[in-house]
Amino acid sequence: MVAKPGLDGHDRGARVLARCFRDAGYEVIYTGCHQTPEQIVSAAVQEDVDLLGLSCLSGAHRYLYPAVTKLLKDKGADDIMVIGGGIIPEQDFQLMYDAGLKAIFVPGATLESIVTWINTNVKPRA
Amino acid sequence: METTKKIQGGDIRAASRLIRNLEDRMPEAKLTIKHLFPLTGRAHVIGITGSPGAGKSTLTDGLIDCFRKKGKTVGVLAVDPTSPFTGGAILGDRIRMQRHAEDPGVFVRSLATRGALGGLAKAVGDAIHVMDVLGEDVIIVETVGTGQQEVDIINHSHTVLVVLVPGMGDEIQAIKAGILEIADIFVVNKADRDGSSKLSRELMAMLDMAPPSAFQGGWRPSIMRVENAFQPESFNKALEDISSKIDEHYKHLVDKDLIGSRMRRKATVELNEAIRATILEPVLLKLLGSGQMEGLIEKVMKKEIDPYTAAEDIAKRNLEGCL
Repeated sequence: MVAKPGLDGHDRGARVLARCFRDAGYEVIYTGCHQTPEQIVSAAVQEDVDLLGLSCLSGAHRYLYPAVTKLLKDKGADDIMVIGGGIIPEQDFQLMYDAGLKAIFVPGATLESIVTWINTNVKPRA
Repeated sequence: METTKKIQGGDIRAASRLIRNLEDRMPEAKLTIKHLFPLTGRAHVIGITGSPGAGKSTLTDGLIDCFRKKGKTVGVLAVDPTSPFTGGAILGDRIRMQRHAEDPGVFVRSLATRGALGGLAKAVGDAIHVMDVLGEDVIIVETVGTGQQEVDIINHSHTVLVVLVPGMGDEIQAIKAGILEIADIFVVNKADRDGSSKLSRELMAMLDMAPPSAFQGGWRPSIMRVENAFQPESFNKALEDISSKIDEHYKHLVDKDLIGSRMRRKATVELNEAIRATILEPVLLKLLGSGQMEGLIEKVMKKEIDPYTAAEDIAKRNLEGCL
């Protein structure tokens, strides 16, 4: 699932990613812009996704990404892997990893590198 | 057994995992469905179909609102197409319904077609059962954007809405067989656009020419018009009218004792599917896995064998007593 938390309507990147994951053979749920962490987590649980990719370009990732991972934990759904992307300064990386994000992709990351990461880290179920 | 109890208790996580296992054809999921099956048959299943971009998801969103206001819980199964090349899919119907994401009385689940051709995904029938046992009063099934022929939705619904928009063609389109025959309710959407009155008239003329036997129990499909979704007042009013019409149709089915005939169709399809899954698919899997399939395809290509003889040989080897 590709999701955009918070007040950020710049979803070109999220759409490009959704399309790229589709072409890599994944079923991709896109939830649109302006989502609260609660909406995102509820959707991720209802869809029983393997991986949740968050995109935020507004600078609010410091609040929003940990809010999502915390809610997942509260719902007993922290087996859903979370990765994040957007305008994330390097000094925030550790905060993101501490919050439970498994990978961070910032401007310059190639589509190929993201797909490769997913192929390596998200295993198909038996 | 435990999963069944969880789902009966309204556990969304258990239900969504089961739906995924059904999609992935996990053997344990079949076992759970066997337990769930006797508990099903309570929910009102509504099918929504129509061409891509006709407004199915937006109407579904509006209907969720109407049914929630009536105090009903709502499940939604939204189907989008799978790529025939990569097997990937973009499931985007949810975008229109995200305002309900935090409402515990609404459960939206997206499904990809994964090669199914009738406008639905193979797992839809079972996913309806899961939502039914989960306690959803109303289950809305939104098909992929359909053309003329994808009519599988009638096999799973009590009430079918066919959504049309102006500008789809001339009068001949309205007398063609297929999707226009399956509607219990027509929705002329985007009715503020040019050509919507003409579309309504053509539908009316089509219904006027239909033999009375086409109207099950005397139900003549209604034609409901919906204008611009960005004008909330008129849009919400139109949606209220549609939801009342849906309730009216369900009452009609109950009053005229027609629920059974609808569900007979579902039972027929489910049994057929189960036979196919139990008998045909293991054989196909074996042939593919062992590489025999490739060999046979080569032979058929080179005309060393015809497909019928090849199939009969396979049947003789695998299904003793079937021939």
